[in-house]
Amino acid sequence: MIAVKDLHKGFGDVKVLKGISTTFHPGETSLIIGQSGSGKTVFLKSLIGLHVPESGTISFDGRINTDFTMEAKRAWRQEIGMVFQGSALFDSQTVEENVMFPLKMFTNNSQKEMLDRVNFVLDRVNLSNANKKFPAELSGGMQKRVAIARAIVMNPKYLFCDEPNSGLDPQTAIVIDNLIQEITAEYKITTVINTHDMNSVMEIGKKIVFLKNGVKAWEGTKNEIFKTDNEAIVEFVYSSNLFKKVRQAYLNETK
Amino acid sequence: MNYLEHFGKYCMMLGQVFKAPQRPRVFRDALFKDIEELGLKSLGIIMFISFFIGGVIALQTALNLEDPLIPDSLIGFAAKRSIILEFAPTFCSIILAGKVGSYITSSIGTMRVTEQIDALEVMGINSLNHLVLPKIIATVFFYPFLICLGMILGIFGGWLAGVLSGLFTGTDYIIGIQSDFQPFLLVYAMIKTLVFAFLISTVPSYHGYYVKGGSLAVGKASTQAVVWTTVLIVISNYFLTQMLLT
Repeated sequence: MIAVKDLHKGFGDVKVLKGISTTFHPGETSLIIGQSGSGKTVFLKSLIGLHVPESGTISFDGRINTDFTMEAKRAWRQEIGMVFQGSALFDSQTVEENVMFPLKMFTNNSQKEMLDRVNFVLDRVNLSNANKKFPAELSGGMQKRVAIARAIVMNPKYLFCDEPNSGLDPQTAIVIDNLIQEITAEYKITTVINTHDMNSVMEIGKKIVFLKNGVKAWEGTKNEIFKTDNEAIVEFVYSSNLFKKVRQAYLNETK
Repeated sequence: MNYLEHFGKYCMMLGQVFKAPQRPRVFRDALFKDIEELGLKSLGIIMFISFFIGGVIALQTALNLEDPLIPDSLIGFAAKRSIILEFAPTFCSIILAGKVGSYITSSIGTMRVTEQIDALEVMGINSLNHLVLPKIIATVFFYPFLICLGMILGIFGGWLAGVLSGLFTGTDYIIGIQSDFQPFLLVYAMIKTLVFAFLISTVPSYHGYYVKGGSLAVGKASTQAVVWTTVLIVISNYFLTQMLLT
């Protein structure tokens, strides 16, 4: 479980996160949503340790990340998998080399053992015929799947995804969403996803945290999002007429 | 940001770079790759330029020494001194600063703006050590060979230019090459090469690693890296010459 308590982060005079507290549970896909500039990315980067909070704590199964020794921090990092917005695959390496990279860095496995593991995770993300291709030769959806494979190759306890559906067509986005949800449930991973995609919110939002101007404005499940009276989240989620109609239809149906 | 801040940040970067590699086998692979990218792929341009500039140095020396009282062997002697002392270590390093420096900045800078460096950090990898140390070792160990090759080809180019033009004989040129040989001048050239190689790998790495923005910022950083590397090569060349030869 990841527990965030009263998290503050700023850059100079600009306060980006203003006292966020929440928890994320294993086996659940938790989504962070909010407008551009609401602090989602800073929040996610604080969770993975790329930003150091000004105050507040982030604990990973009871271990506070800012209290880690160098050794403990290194070990903790190996428990983290991260899927970046642009996939962040190493351009100069093939798919196989990209996925094998964490294994080479942190395990003493033989080449055969590493290759077996790489083939297993690539198969898990339905990408078994792309081992020797370079990232530039792959479509956006395939790159995302390679990024997911690289993120889970070390059997992480915590998986973080920054806009995993950005730049993908709706069908591919659903494939990626389902894949993340399946992997999360299968391996009991604590998954936190930063997204703008309302389809993701409705499909896989076991828990949703809505940020507005650096503050947690709402928190709940995808079902609660239909019923909530919170103006901020209603305004954000149902900004399009289509979603407004969908919400109205849902409310009429459940009356 | 002022120059002092940049210098401080550059020194702090070096502090992170010079740490033991986390995985020797990964480091070895990166080193061989960088030797190929930064060294072997520069062989062609260095060979080509050295050969022709050596020829030009010999021809210009010959054309400016038409006094019958001055022996033709002086042409070989002057060409040798120019090539060993200045052309090969400094001129070739400036060419390498352009070719290799822009490559280093753009490759590391692209990794920065596409979050590949963040990906390394999230994995718990010292990204500076992982990316920059192999480049420093590759350049510092390989460039002396490259510069020696430049010296040999420059001197050979001078000989061939003389023979083909008929301005001086090959024998006179070789007598000049062999006269007053001072091994310390080679040591001086190698010291300069090592310093320049270090600058060629670290200054562009600094510009690439700390780039902010998108592809345009990477392009600007590459230009800045080449300019600053060249400036630092020229300045350090002056001070090294002052220290070692006077």
